[in-house]
Amino acid sequence: MATLAVALTGNPNVGKSTIFNELTGARQKIGNWPGVTVDKKTGYIRHQNRAISIVDLPGTYSVNARSPEEKIVIDYLLNNKVDMVVDVVDSSNLDRNLYLTVQLLEKGIPLLIDLNMKDEAERRGLKIDTRRLEDAIGMPVVETIGHSRASREKLLDVFTSTVMLNYEPSPRLQAHIAEVKRIEASGRPAEEIEEELVARRYALIDSIVAEAVTSSALGQTTSEKIDAVLANGWTAIPIFIAMVYVMFQITFEWIGQPLADALGDFIGGDFKDMVAAQLASMEVAEWMQSLILDGIVDGVGGVLTFVPLIFVLFFCLSFLDGTGYMARVAFITDPLMRRAGLTGKGIMPLMMGFGCAVPAIMGARALDSEKDRLTAILVTPFLTCGAKLPIMALFAAMFFPDNAGNVVFGMYFLGIAMAILAAKLLSSTVFQGEPSTFLLELPPYRMPDMKTVLLETWDKGKGYMIKAGTIIFAACVFIWFLGHFNFSGMAEMEESFLASMGAAMASLFTFHGFATWEAGASVIAGILAKESVVSTMGILYGAGELSTEADEIVETASALAKTGMAASFTTLSAFAFMVFSQLYTPCATALGTIRKEAGSWKWTAFSAVYMFAIAWAVSLAVYQGGRLLGF
Amino acid sequence: MTLREGTPGMTLKIRTIGDSELKGRLMTMGLIPGTPVTVLRSAPLGDPMAIRVRSYDLALRRDDAARIEVEMAG
Repeated sequence: MATLAVALTGNPNVGKSTIFNELTGARQKIGNWPGVTVDKKTGYIRHQNRAISIVDLPGTYSVNARSPEEKIVIDYLLNNKVDMVVDVVDSSNLDRNLYLTVQLLEKGIPLLIDLNMKDEAERRGLKIDTRRLEDAIGMPVVETIGHSRASREKLLDVFTSTVMLNYEPSPRLQAHIAEVKRIEASGRPAEEIEEELVARRYALIDSIVAEAVTSSALGQTTSEKIDAVLANGWTAIPIFIAMVYVMFQITFEWIGQPLADALGDFIGGDFKDMVAAQLASMEVAEWMQSLILDGIVDGVGGVLTFVPLIFVLFFCLSFLDGTGYMARVAFITDPLMRRAGLTGKGIMPLMMGFGCAVPAIMGARALDSEKDRLTAILVTPFLTCGAKLPIMALFAAMFFPDNAGNVVFGMYFLGIAMAILAAKLLSSTVFQGEPSTFLLELPPYRMPDMKTVLLETWDKGKGYMIKAGTIIFAACVFIWFLGHFNFSGMAEMEESFLASMGAAMASLFTFHGFATWEAGASVIAGILAKESVVSTMGILYGAGELSTEADEIVETASALAKTGMAASFTTLSAFAFMVFSQLYTPCATALGTIRKEAGSWKWTAFSAVYMFAIAWAVSLAVYQGGRLLGF
Repeated sequence: MTLREGTPGMTLKIRTIGDSELKGRLMTMGLIPGTPVTVLRSAPLGDPMAIRVRSYDLALRRDDAARIEVEMAG
């Protein structure tokens, strides 16, 4: 038998992703809808000997083709042969959810209505008579409760046993559809027609709901009680700050960093020794050993050590998002974000930026307007991502041993301040006059479905791993090559391509206090990947292997201090270098992501150039200002 | 009066929705003339505001709420 094609549709926040993840597990593919930056998720399963393919369409409130998501839903459903369209509906919020249902039925798309979160509705005192709902609409109805095995089996049984051809809209719906056709053909102004149609649809829905739902009024819901503390009055902001603090503690102190250190120890220790022994026993050429050990294992390994940090941070964010709290964060921070030229919805991508700019830039998809998206994309790379942190930690430990913590914190602050300033500048110049909107559903608080949280974490974090395997791998080989060769073949580092390129780059920093070819070369390496700044310095100053792990940063700093590095920076020029590193051009992977997400080379080039210019200017001001002040 | 002037706890009935970027989205989300809305709260910094409409909670900016004409319900 042919594969059964199933498509999931429904409003946002109705547990659609949870159902999709429950149905397909990890057997899913996440890609892009052609031409737009909207996730396309597809999964495959077998049930009762039947192959089933499931497409998770983007969550939308309607199909007016106003947004790319809405266009995708309606185009997909009208132009593809789908055996079963499942309309996932939040039982506790039936009327708004049925709007999409009615609209789809008007377009002649038969639906299986999935009354999801039946348990939540009952807790809120709502009783839905499924039979009556089925009769009123004329389409089959099935009840589920989010993530449960029983619901999964039930849905799959329904998929394989229900024949949609046996159903047609109820007489009441057919009358409605005929009426809609009549109004659409009436030739009145489009806006008037739209208003009339919306009113008709809701009138129909209200009558259906009145028949099928009985509600016994309850007191305050749990969500209201929680919101009275988390989104209200003087408690909301301190709690938000505390949450962020705890999240960073979990990431950089309690769980993420220890894991990262353990991984780093393994890669730099046992693993490297093993590879070295293997290479030696195979009698691999000396230069090849150098390339593999010093170039690839150190370089790619250095990047891989950040993976635990990034995954832990993204796990925290996905978890908070799953509870519904991130919507409240958007709600309470909107006025601040708005003053900076962003919207409250931008807070989630920005917070991801402290892990890695790549998923943060992709996270900007969630924003409503083009202006909001581009602003978020262009300012996120100013933040201190996981790869910039070691630069800051190392320089702080080396040049500011008594104040290291404060200096690193200062760099975080500088990144945030610059992001805000840039957002403000962009919105008052390039994007001047373009509207920014904020309309956000505050979903009820829920215990997040762990499978969904983990899959989301994986989805956001895997980009970083792919980067380690592709771009960073290539960058390592490239930098190794630049550092070991010149036009006459293999050469000492001081005479290599890297040295001459570094020297050319360094001429830009004549008035910054760090016009050495080593610093210049590190800056070049940092455009390929920020992780490479520290490792390149280590190689260039001949400190050999450098650990960028938090627990060894002091040793690393003292190892470097014994090299020429200590002499080639003053405290002030080291600070200026930190400022520059914090702010300059995003890494190659981030630029590639900007190219994809902003859909234009123009914005990609703009991002690369304006950040370099700002970093150059601010760092210059810091150095020259510092000199005037006598530092 | 407009929705912007609503204070927490007030239940109001929508009269009209003024033209704006958001009009279409507000209407499809169920805010149409005659729909009752309850003002839940303001965000701690005064903006945006949260309302309950058709058994879900929605946050919107005060500037946008000012375009929604309402009357006291009941």
